[in-house]
Amino acid sequence: MRKRTLGFVALGAAASIFLSACGGGDSTEGGSADQGAFNQGATEVVNPSDKTGGTLRYAISSDFDSTDPGDTYYGFSWNFSRYYARTLLAFTPAPAEASTELTTDLAAALPEPNEDFTEWTVQIQEGLKYEDGSEITAQDIKYGIARSNYNGGELPNGPRYFESHLKQETFNVYEVEDPLETFTAIETPDDHTLVFHLKKSFSEFPYILTQPQTTPVPVDADRGALYKENVLSSGPYKFNGKYEPGVKLDLVRNEHWDAATDPIRPALPDEITVELGVDQNEIDQRLINGEIDVDLSGIGVGPAMKSQLVTDEDAQANLDNPFSGALRYVNIHTPVIEDASCRQAIMYAADRDSLHRAWGGESGGDIATNLLPPTISGSNPESDLYPSTDNKGDLEAAQAKLEECGEDEGFSTNIAVREGRENDVATAEALQESLKRVGIELEIKTFPAEDFFAQYAGSQDYVRENDIGLSVSGWIPDWATGYGFASKITDGDAIQATGNYNMAELDDPEVNELWDQALATEDPDERADLYGQIDTLVMEQAAIMPVVFDRAMFYRSDELTNVYYTSSYAMYDFMALGVDRG
Amino acid sequence: MLNYILRRLGAGLLLLAVVTAVTFWIFYVLPKWAGVTPRGMAAMYVGKAPTPEALDATVARLGLDKPVIVQFFDFLKSLFFGDQFQFGRETVECAAPCLGYSFSTNSPVLEQLLSRLPITVSLALGAAVIWLVGGVAVGVLSAVKKGSLFDRLAMGTALVGVSLPIYFTGLLALAFLVHDWKLFPLPRYTPLTEDAGAWFTAMILPWLTLAFLHAAQYARQTRAGMLEVLGEDYIRTARAKGLSERKVIFKHALRPALTPILTIFGLDLGLVLGGAILTEKVFSLKGVGAYAIDAIIGKDLPVVLGVTLLGAVFIVVCNLIVDLLYPIVDPRVRVAG
Repeated sequence: MRKRTLGFVALGAAASIFLSACGGGDSTEGGSADQGAFNQGATEVVNPSDKTGGTLRYAISSDFDSTDPGDTYYGFSWNFSRYYARTLLAFTPAPAEASTELTTDLAAALPEPNEDFTEWTVQIQEGLKYEDGSEITAQDIKYGIARSNYNGGELPNGPRYFESHLKQETFNVYEVEDPLETFTAIETPDDHTLVFHLKKSFSEFPYILTQPQTTPVPVDADRGALYKENVLSSGPYKFNGKYEPGVKLDLVRNEHWDAATDPIRPALPDEITVELGVDQNEIDQRLINGEIDVDLSGIGVGPAMKSQLVTDEDAQANLDNPFSGALRYVNIHTPVIEDASCRQAIMYAADRDSLHRAWGGESGGDIATNLLPPTISGSNPESDLYPSTDNKGDLEAAQAKLEECGEDEGFSTNIAVREGRENDVATAEALQESLKRVGIELEIKTFPAEDFFAQYAGSQDYVRENDIGLSVSGWIPDWATGYGFASKITDGDAIQATGNYNMAELDDPEVNELWDQALATEDPDERADLYGQIDTLVMEQAAIMPVVFDRAMFYRSDELTNVYYTSSYAMYDFMALGVDRG
Repeated sequence: MLNYILRRLGAGLLLLAVVTAVTFWIFYVLPKWAGVTPRGMAAMYVGKAPTPEALDATVARLGLDKPVIVQFFDFLKSLFFGDQFQFGRETVECAAPCLGYSFSTNSPVLEQLLSRLPITVSLALGAAVIWLVGGVAVGVLSAVKKGSLFDRLAMGTALVGVSLPIYFTGLLALAFLVHDWKLFPLPRYTPLTEDAGAWFTAMILPWLTLAFLHAAQYARQTRAGMLEVLGEDYIRTARAKGLSERKVIFKHALRPALTPILTIFGLDLGLVLGGAILTEKVFSLKGVGAYAIDAIIGKDLPVVLGVTLLGAVFIVVCNLIVDLLYPIVDPRVRVAG
């Protein structure tokens, strides 16, 4: 076993004093031979093992949005909830891009669509059991979907994919007499079959069936917003005592789970503990000291530890630096900057190199010149519609575009950023500098992060009334396809009055048509091709200025087994992890 | 005497009512002045998909569109008479004193407060003992040996202690004493009743960190107070009578010098009992202070109200106790009263 004292970091966020007491005094070489190499976990399984037992220890500085599988939208919650909540389908347990392939979980086989993808039928396995030994039925899955989408705001956190795609009048499960009878969009002809009826074609519907909302919940077990205290387990682990918000969650083995029915969970540890609300510096330090095993947040080590690790020779073999799956970008709001040529002028004038540095340079991410991240099929990271020498911006082309839209002298507008997001602010400042070169003046406006989409940059009225021409944001796919990534931010149908994520308000008939076409296309390769076309169109319209495809920095503990990065959750695959304390 | 206590308690209750009203006002009226609508407030609690429908449902569920005054009396009503809450198809009884349920975690506020209170009380009382005893002792010694090397060292250290914020000393202590040199275990709270030894070792660092700041202040104040008293005529008289120096210092000088110290101590202890936010955050202790700061960041009104009330109760009670202690510490107050 190898342990290391890396000194420590960040003696105070305010003081930001860095002291380094690098020693390695107690580092002893030896133990297991295969300890991995830099970035190995990004593409392959590090420390493969089938050793069971032990306690896998997680910690996080914040908290779950909810432990209720029907009420969550955080990536790490989705990844983690699979310990106790099985879903209809799942992502293949494999490193990197291979993980985006679908496989079954509760289902007996992948779902069958009708010819126009408006009706999907799926069978679930027989003999599946909850932690109390009672049987899991198709009706329970139907109810799980009902309660997470039609609950009158009681379970507000989750996405609303089912609500927007199912052919169903809205209702409230807690107010109607018989929720299962009212919910007609899903039929259960017998205890093991579900038939979904959709409003319109949706070829990627199976991806939705991997989401935690398809976890079975018996009607009688549902306690509304209190259900998260103790979720009835269908997976290999169950709650050991109540979930205590802000404090902890402990899991122990569920004896009624049958490994033979489960294709995605080796379930190696005997116990799983999660410490909530632990200071980020402490998490990073304990991770390196081997006192915890995984940072639950799945976004990697904090900035202080990161800057120390990248220069530490000894630490390199324990680091993974994969794409986080996110695109950081600047929205160019089409209702405010109406002329496409004016928007293109911004694209040309931007100094991508300085924007890249605003995001931390090499270890922070790769310069993005297109919309779809390289981890998504159909992406073409090589394409660059607005090329320039050394990515410094093409001022002549920008000037020509300005003349084309009748703003020879440039123009002025506002750029919205989220308060406290250092990289976002740095991005806005870098852009402000580069656009100034062609006479485009930006004024930076900061807004509270928590209300950014609901009230400011994501509110149609606010953007128009306050001349918000640009805004800085980031996007992570709900699932790793072109649709899962980009539909919410580029499809005209996704525009909302508030809480709008298509902030550029791009409503291009050609793009909209391609989205519809993709959803009626069966072959994934053909769909990928359509997504590539959408990518190019969005770039031509200059509605989104991609900045970086960012990278996370994970510290991979030596005591962890079966460690690999999964593109589907953009972090380590929690289900695969085990511990070997040597 | 009883009359006096009752009067003080009455004033305390009035103060609590005012604190509650002001918290309500800050939470509801200030945002309104800044142009935030009920929907805007609801956006805090609807996660990543704040669609208009979800916002309206949340406004209705939390009653954010009701007039402030109605919400205020609803709160008082449930505080004194209890209330019922609807979760799913389940109706949950919340007995008086009901502080409601958290907007963001849906856990009962009172239960959460009570479960976190032992941690904060452990932290506060332990640290208070250290800072009071340590601070006063150093202060007395410094005053008596005014100008000595000890005095200068002690006052120099005190100045450092007063100037360094807890997140600095705390993180420094964690980095060196825990992570690097491993002299102390990682502060992880264990209830006193479960394992007294573990409780003690876990709390030492937080105690020392919190006490350092306060002790420094107490040492300086005790020293100043003592020096003033030692210059008084009656001290000269006491010495002239031929009393031993020990008697002069502890019986005649220290007691009056302690009165102002006791006053601050009452306030400080009350404050820390209401949640030592920085210490708890730095050492990742799940006390009332950590609960409070998370709630404030998350704009979780029921929790904010709960911790504010609890903090105010502690201050009122600690002050009352201190006032009752005056006559015991300083005989002159007894004669006057």
